[in-house]
Amino acid sequence: MDIAFLSDTMLQLLRGAPLTLELAATSVGLGFVLALALALALQSGPAAVGWPIRAYVATFRGTPLLVQIFLIYYGLGQFRQTLQALDLWGFFRQPYWCAILALTLNTAAYGAEIIRGGLQSVPHGQVEAARACGMPPWTLYRLVVLPIALRQALPSYGNEIILMIKGTSLTSIVTLLEITGVAQQIISQTYRAVEVFACAGAIYLSMNYVVAQALATLEHRLSPHLRTPNIEDAVAIEGGLH
Amino acid sequence: MFDLIGFGPEGWGPALLWAAAMTFALSVAGFLTGAALGAIAAFARLRGARVARGAAFAYSVLFRGVPDLLTIYLLYFGGSVALTTAGHWLGARGFVGLPRFATGTVALGIISGAYQAEVYRGAFLAIHRGEIEAARAFGMSGPTLLRMVVVPQILRYAIPGLGNVWQLVLKDSALVSVIGLVELMREAQVGAGSTREPFIFFCAAAVLYLIIAAASGALFRKAESHARRGFRTA
Repeated sequence: MDIAFLSDTMLQLLRGAPLTLELAATSVGLGFVLALALALALQSGPAAVGWPIRAYVATFRGTPLLVQIFLIYYGLGQFRQTLQALDLWGFFRQPYWCAILALTLNTAAYGAEIIRGGLQSVPHGQVEAARACGMPPWTLYRLVVLPIALRQALPSYGNEIILMIKGTSLTSIVTLLEITGVAQQIISQTYRAVEVFACAGAIYLSMNYVVAQALATLEHRLSPHLRTPNIEDAVAIEGGLH
Repeated sequence: MFDLIGFGPEGWGPALLWAAAMTFALSVAGFLTGAALGAIAAFARLRGARVARGAAFAYSVLFRGVPDLLTIYLLYFGGSVALTTAGHWLGARGFVGLPRFATGTVALGIISGAYQAEVYRGAFLAIHRGEIEAARAFGMSGPTLLRMVVVPQILRYAIPGLGNVWQLVLKDSALVSVIGLVELMREAQVGAGSTREPFIFFCAAAVLYLIIAAASGALFRKAESHARRGFRTA
């Protein structure tokens, strides 16, 4: 094994890591806001907004991400004159923004479905109890519904975040130089596909490992009520009471 | 504009439909390969020796954590490099590419197998232990027990999860276009390139993917209700 080549490749590939993380963080962040808005609109909005949202969710969940990226980057590029007239060409001309848009719309569709499931899992009794206390709707959502719903949605949302980190590799096909893009660049110079792709895979794997661990910690922190109580703590509390 | 994807003399309709059939065939082949790999990995996780358990765990973590695109590239280029090297020994010259459909099938099989292993493992763990004990008490032995009690129940619990994995495979099959297999995505790219009308071609591809996904989704729901017959639902 050629250790020098591997470590050199690793260092070069890591230069693509910031872009990978940037793409994933931006699209997951924007996608979450959009997903939350869509799920709330589905839950309590008028019936007329329901079917366009459902159509959007079904379309983006039912087609490959690659098709979505190509449709936005190459497909909309065909309407250059119109986009220029609307002053949007500066946005759609750049693969970076097209990739962000495609990834955001994709993850928002999955996210909306996940959050909708979380909202449905909120026990109705809790909502009734809060109403009986006289909570106005906004406070009810902020203090009762959303914390329970988001806690419930967290494990599925974690999977979606990891899928998104993996999904950023597709943006290399529209010329972005994130980890996979850099890997292809190195391969075109060295013709050593196996080693380079294996190194890239190792970077993605460790990224996903860190994210999965962080999510597991967050989930543990947010669910003290689901853990089996620690006997020593209980004894300590009991001792304090007497 | 719509003539382009129609069935007229200039239309790409037949080519796109043929490519959609290729996408479907590739996805089915990949999914079935994944079912075999997933079942083996799940069995290894549940009943295997320590080494087999570790290997199955590593397999499912590895291929769920690495981008699917990288797995496909790695298999295609890795396999081709091996084949080219072997070809040189046998006197062949130049780059020898792997057969694309087979590579795509193996890649989708390996990726979906990692996910299917988790589905089968979860389904097996959901089977009530008492049922297996009861079957043993009746004198059922290994293969009969597996055929009459374990497998039917695993399928019942696994069908919703398998439906999700199938949708994943169907969408992942678009990535096999990067190694040059002419499936739906690739055909749409070819059409877009030669007519300079990418929008209509990628829309057509999206619609065909949606149709396949919706039709197969309905099939999975039917299978689910068939497998759940006789069970009361909440």
